[in-house]
Amino acid sequence: MAGSYPSVDFSLAMNMTPVSAADWLVAAPVAISLVGGSFCLMLRKNTASQAKLGMIFLTLLVLANIGLLIRVLDKGVITMVMGGWLPPFGIAFTADALGATLSLIASIVAFCAGLYGAVTFDSTGRRYGFYPFLVLLMAGVCGAFLTGDVFNLYVWFEVLLISSYGLLILGNERPQLDGAVKYGVLNLVGTNLFLIGTGLLYGVFGTLNMADIAVKVAELDNPASGTIATIAALYFLAFAMKAAAFPVNFWLPASYHTPNIVVSAVFAGLLTKVGVYALIRIFVLILPASREYLADVIALVAMATMITGVLGALAQTEVRRMLGFLVIAGIGSMLSGLAVGSTLAISGAIFYAVHSIVVMTALYMAAGVMQRMGGSFNMRELGGLYAASPAFAGVFLVLAFGVSGLPPFSGFWPKVMLVDAALIDGRGWLATAILVSGFLTTLAVGRVWIFAFWRGGPEGTPDGTAAPAVPASADLGSSAMWVPIGILTALVVFFGLQPEWMLELSARGASGVIEPVGYVRSVFGVGQ
Amino acid sequence: MRTVIFRTIAPYLSALMVLYSIFVLLRGHNEPGGGFIGGLIAASALAIFGIACGVASVRRAMKIHPMSLAGFGLFIGTLSAIPALFQKQAFMTSQWLEFRFFDVDVALSTPLVFDIGVYFVVVGAIGSIALALEERESD
Repeated sequence: MAGSYPSVDFSLAMNMTPVSAADWLVAAPVAISLVGGSFCLMLRKNTASQAKLGMIFLTLLVLANIGLLIRVLDKGVITMVMGGWLPPFGIAFTADALGATLSLIASIVAFCAGLYGAVTFDSTGRRYGFYPFLVLLMAGVCGAFLTGDVFNLYVWFEVLLISSYGLLILGNERPQLDGAVKYGVLNLVGTNLFLIGTGLLYGVFGTLNMADIAVKVAELDNPASGTIATIAALYFLAFAMKAAAFPVNFWLPASYHTPNIVVSAVFAGLLTKVGVYALIRIFVLILPASREYLADVIALVAMATMITGVLGALAQTEVRRMLGFLVIAGIGSMLSGLAVGSTLAISGAIFYAVHSIVVMTALYMAAGVMQRMGGSFNMRELGGLYAASPAFAGVFLVLAFGVSGLPPFSGFWPKVMLVDAALIDGRGWLATAILVSGFLTTLAVGRVWIFAFWRGGPEGTPDGTAAPAVPASADLGSSAMWVPIGILTALVVFFGLQPEWMLELSARGASGVIEPVGYVRSVFGVGQ
Repeated sequence: MRTVIFRTIAPYLSALMVLYSIFVLLRGHNEPGGGFIGGLIAASALAIFGIACGVASVRRAMKIHPMSLAGFGLFIGTLSAIPALFQKQAFMTSQWLEFRFFDVDVALSTPLVFDIGVYFVVVGAIGSIALALEERESD
């Protein structure tokens, strides 16, 4: 309320109905991450307390996201406009099932990464800001998932990119800087395209509120022509760069293997999926006609991404690089859902995104454990890990099956949905590509399993000898490494055996963006 | 750059610039100015002091690392959005406290706190970049 001006009728510009504290859950993830990140930043010299502080805020973040998801499932889409201004002029935060689900999964992954990072980062890494960057990264990620404003989406992208630059170069080694330059340049180009598209969008509609734009686009006679088609093309290219879709994905294999393993894990889990989320949000909610118009292009891109990604994975002997290519292949599967665009396909894409966030993070963390046990990230130099730790071998096998989409683990259900949706839509080639990429993924991770776990020792060990390649003194890591891997693996098994929850969540998320009635009503009130 | 004249005048110039930046910060709500531009002026004061007298003396004079200042700014900036919770209003809704203080109308508000937060973020972030760049040069 701006001062005491009794003659002004505030209700013309501001929402005067009281906002319940529970509605603050929409803003809570961002507020908690910003407070937490800045607090960790102020105390970053105190390296002993960094991990504790970081974990406190990450725990709060997970709790806030759980509360938000429960509230969204209970009340439907909830909106809060910053500063109480009336939409579309105020910046709206709108949490629907899609955004709240992804926000929760992302915060769980960040929680696990915070635990894992307590071991893999020494006090130098902490002083240079692992925890501040991680928590601020979560501000960007949660903000992007929860915002209802296109320009605000751009801002959160910037927040998460700036934090990710910081995380990427923690350690200051030459390959890291090399990777960061490639990552930075391509992301800068993508961000600029996003900004140009947003400028055009504002020029055409005079609004940046997603619900408002969705309504205005739907009212157009020809919603996929001229400027709108240009905007759609710009957005598609921009977000395809962020999501690492073929052919604008070369930055990912160039940079994801360079930083500390836990940073790679967070990036592989979260960053590309924010790009996929933005594609779903923009193309299904705001520009559905342009999505239909571009469907064949998206399908081609999806197929190329899946196949090139998985072929790249097969060609690698470095575990982290191989996993980077598997991230790309997964992005292709999610894009195939966007290409088809039915409720089944979009819910498949959402489920796949959740699965991919969990399983890719866990695989990178497992690679970190493999490196601790075997002393290398290179498959040629690994071996005999099964003898060293059968339990870890079992965990890796679960994750390998999960990422390949084999039952009974989490990758199976979204793949079934995506293949089914593609076949219903008459896109046999797309379905084939999904299945082929799943099969080749099995080969790629199977190779890791055979080389690193199954055989007796590293390259050069004679067959049949069970030479203990892993020295008895090998560092098997502390429980701070095993707990996060355990949590994520448990999620992979849980989503596989009990898919009802995720099926329900992703179906609600998908129908929420395909039929945005609830979304629009939540922003503008029941009257409109 | 380390001429006698510049080195003599730089501390006074920096002090004046910081003072002026606070003036610009405080007039910002209804007139041109505000936290961002005020922060830039203060950061250039640090840069000038650094060019004249060396980065080490700036760091000594500041006592607090500029990055911590930026963290503090972000912290109070975010906190300024919270009081609306207790008024049953939306996140970031501004709260005002107005009173007369010796015949002067004083209006304190959460946007002011937010602006001070922005000021610190800009001083801290731009200041630490400027100091880091100057440090490299003198190596």
